[in-house]
Amino acid sequence: MIPAELVDLVLQKFPGVQKEQPPPKAYSDGVPILLSPPHLIVEVALFLRDAPELAMDLLKNLTAVDYGDRMTLVCHLFSLKKRHKVTLKVNLDRLEPKVESLSGIWPAANWQEREVFDLFGVQFLHHPDLRRIMLPEDWTGHPLRKDYVHEPDQYD
Amino acid sequence: MSTNPTSTTETPVSLSASAAGSGHGVPAGGRQIKMEEMYLNMGPQHPSTHGVLRLGIMLEGEVIVDVIPDLGYLHRGTEKLAEHRNYMQIIHLTDRMDYLSAMNNNTGYVMVVEKVMGVKPPERAEYIRVIMCELNRIASHLLFFGTYGVDMGAVTPFLYGFRERELVLDLFEKVCGARMTHSYMRIGGVAEDLPSGFIEQCLEFIPYFRARLAEYDELLTYNPIFMDRTKGVGRLSPERALAYGVTGPMLRASGVLYDLRRDEPYSVYDHFDFEIPTGREGDCWDRYFVRMQEMRQSLSIVEQALAALPPGPVNLKTSRVLKAPEGEAYVEVENPRGQLGYYLVSDGGESPYRLHIRPPSFINLQVLPELLTGLKVGDVIAVLGSVDIVLGEVDR
Repeated sequence: MIPAELVDLVLQKFPGVQKEQPPPKAYSDGVPILLSPPHLIVEVALFLRDAPELAMDLLKNLTAVDYGDRMTLVCHLFSLKKRHKVTLKVNLDRLEPKVESLSGIWPAANWQEREVFDLFGVQFLHHPDLRRIMLPEDWTGHPLRKDYVHEPDQYD
Repeated sequence: MSTNPTSTTETPVSLSASAAGSGHGVPAGGRQIKMEEMYLNMGPQHPSTHGVLRLGIMLEGEVIVDVIPDLGYLHRGTEKLAEHRNYMQIIHLTDRMDYLSAMNNNTGYVMVVEKVMGVKPPERAEYIRVIMCELNRIASHLLFFGTYGVDMGAVTPFLYGFRERELVLDLFEKVCGARMTHSYMRIGGVAEDLPSGFIEQCLEFIPYFRARLAEYDELLTYNPIFMDRTKGVGRLSPERALAYGVTGPMLRASGVLYDLRRDEPYSVYDHFDFEIPTGREGDCWDRYFVRMQEMRQSLSIVEQALAALPPGPVNLKTSRVLKAPEGEAYVEVENPRGQLGYYLVSDGGESPYRLHIRPPSFINLQVLPELLTGLKVGDVIAVLGSVDIVLGEVDR
């Protein structure tokens, strides 16, 4: 668990970053959530990885959620040295989602970003190999978006 | 797999210089000879890919210069399906991801739902879960043992591994009627209590299997041919393993002591005393050896859990229509192949708003091109087998 002062460390360094508060009645597992604006994501990620107090060396999970009014990129980070966790989120424009790739910082992001691109249509800028990974290359649309319409095919 | 027809230049020297796995194409005189690259397609139908994985391998002579994995042949859209199923129905979808360790998949999924719903299963159910997960770890590693032997050209371990795995599957069949795709876990407990005779059968299996494990070591682990093919092959340094997010036996084989069962104990893993085996070199043999040692530890956990199994109910009374309150949670469990993560976002409805699955073999497979580059083509099978992937989980 990341202590509150470590979250403050990030908030002081980057005034644009916010600590996301879960809705009052909603369940939360207690891992602090940092909400970064899209243009700061690389700086924030580098700081999280390289600051000796934070040392987030393991990107465990990277995915996205389509909330209908926004597209949110979610990264679950862990520090093996310090044994603490933090969740990093970025809200993107849902109609034209694009963000800098994190694969240069954590190579683990490479395929997970390809998956998010494939299933959500998020463009990762400066990604080394941004191609569809699960679906065929000629597939139209991104199935995990909430407005995806399934075209009946020979199997329906 | 002869590759000689493609080399356009006569390069008898350069191939011998590449024996160390680096500096290929540079003969002793320092003169750079560029050979024409050959593209070798492996899979999707290939017995050693353990499913439907396609590898595009670029070769220069016999040396691998690049590997491009092609996935998605088994993509069933589990995450999309989950958005249209209720919470109970999704248990059956999780069985079919890593079909060799369905008990572990079930456990991770019900844990994330329980966490968001704020319920805690009875203690007896937690003990049964741990017993099932560890038995499943043994069954899964036994399949790895058998198939890795076949990959390396030894057919006998395959028969031995499957013979013992059968006994574990018999235990599962007794408990839930299914040998694979168990769907045994329920939100708030397990489907049913242990049937009569299960504990006795399990206690018979433990000493029997312990003796078999010693036999496996004689048969394969310290077999000189097997060691020649796996020692020092496909080394993964701890730094690179972490950067790639590699987890499970593969990470521990590189010498990183990180196991969720010990470091962030879930369920009742903190009640048991067990060791976490690690490797030193991070090569194929270490990855194999860590799994063999893990089976011994799993036996010990099962033994302890059976001895301390508390009485009581195995299930909470939950309503037929389950609704998780609004919120989100990320839960991880230590699967036989690494850390399986579930990220659940609930909007308060009957089905998840979003369920993301972090499959361990998908993330572990990412490191494959880096491991293979610079090795000989004959090592592809050795390295790929040691990553131990299940394509049902990679593609979901």
